[in-house]
Amino acid sequence: MSEFLHMSGYAVYVWTSYFVGVGALLLNVWWARRNLARARLAAARRLAMREDSP
Amino acid sequence: MSWAWFHRFGSPPYFYRVAGLLTPWFAWPAAVLLVVGLFWGLVVSPPDRLQGDAYRIIYIHVPNSWLSLMSYSAMAVSAAIGLIWRIKVAHAVAAAIAPAGAAFTAVSLLTGMLWGQPMWGTYWAWDPRIVFELVLLFFFLGYIALRSAIDDLNRADRTSAVLAIVGVVNVPIVHYSVIWWNSLHQAPSVLRADGPSMPIEMLAPLLVCFLGFTCYFVAVMLVRARAEVLHRERGGDWIRDAVAAHVDRA
Repeated sequence: MSEFLHMSGYAVYVWTSYFVGVGALLLNVWWARRNLARARLAAARRLAMREDSP
Repeated sequence: MSWAWFHRFGSPPYFYRVAGLLTPWFAWPAAVLLVVGLFWGLVVSPPDRLQGDAYRIIYIHVPNSWLSLMSYSAMAVSAAIGLIWRIKVAHAVAAAIAPAGAAFTAVSLLTGMLWGQPMWGTYWAWDPRIVFELVLLFFFLGYIALRSAIDDLNRADRTSAVLAIVGVVNVPIVHYSVIWWNSLHQAPSVLRADGPSMPIEMLAPLLVCFLGFTCYFVAVMLVRARAEVLHRERGGDWIRDAVAAHVDRA
């Protein structure tokens, strides 16, 4: 196991790359989903305002 | 050949509904392929004879590099469709691609630096491939900045579309830079006229990662494009149905 983590002496480069790569994947998903949730809320607010106005 | 399907995608309600139906069909394969591909590349595939385990960075670096070029091309094509045929959904798709494309390009550059330090002895070299990949990142960031700097959405669509189309010139330059110029960056080892130069044990997980990243890109783009379409729609009865279920749940 420690040999695997050591990555034949390149651990810092390999693990940092995977951390950056997987981190960017997760961040993009979270950001996209948050965007959609916000857009839905904003659209719902616009609709409610339009229906409330005389 | 009928182009009715193409024009149907120009309708915001149709696009919003179909994009919502398609998203899980790309998101779940992406999750499975990425887990399998990255585990295969990181744990199962053998170490390289010269680079040892440092070569495993390619399973992050190469798919991100491919996707940076593919996503820019897709953004430029979408922006051109929006500009030529005045299809607003196409502008929404182009705007949805930009953040993911910028992330792919940034990760490609960062992981390239992390591979370059142990292999070349430097994090950065003024090498044509690396410099033009950086230019690609600037085009993505410029596109995003330009859109956010213009309040009028129609003007923002048109102006940013021109920038996206101009920047597409950079895509073949990035791809062929290692062939056209004397480059420190290695020549293509997968997309070659005489076939891939990598052994199958290393190539197979790379192709799985590439498929996974591509499905991931489409899924994220669809989610973002739906948000963009909603953001643009001011009225329309379809919005009521589109948001009702989610807002009730929230």
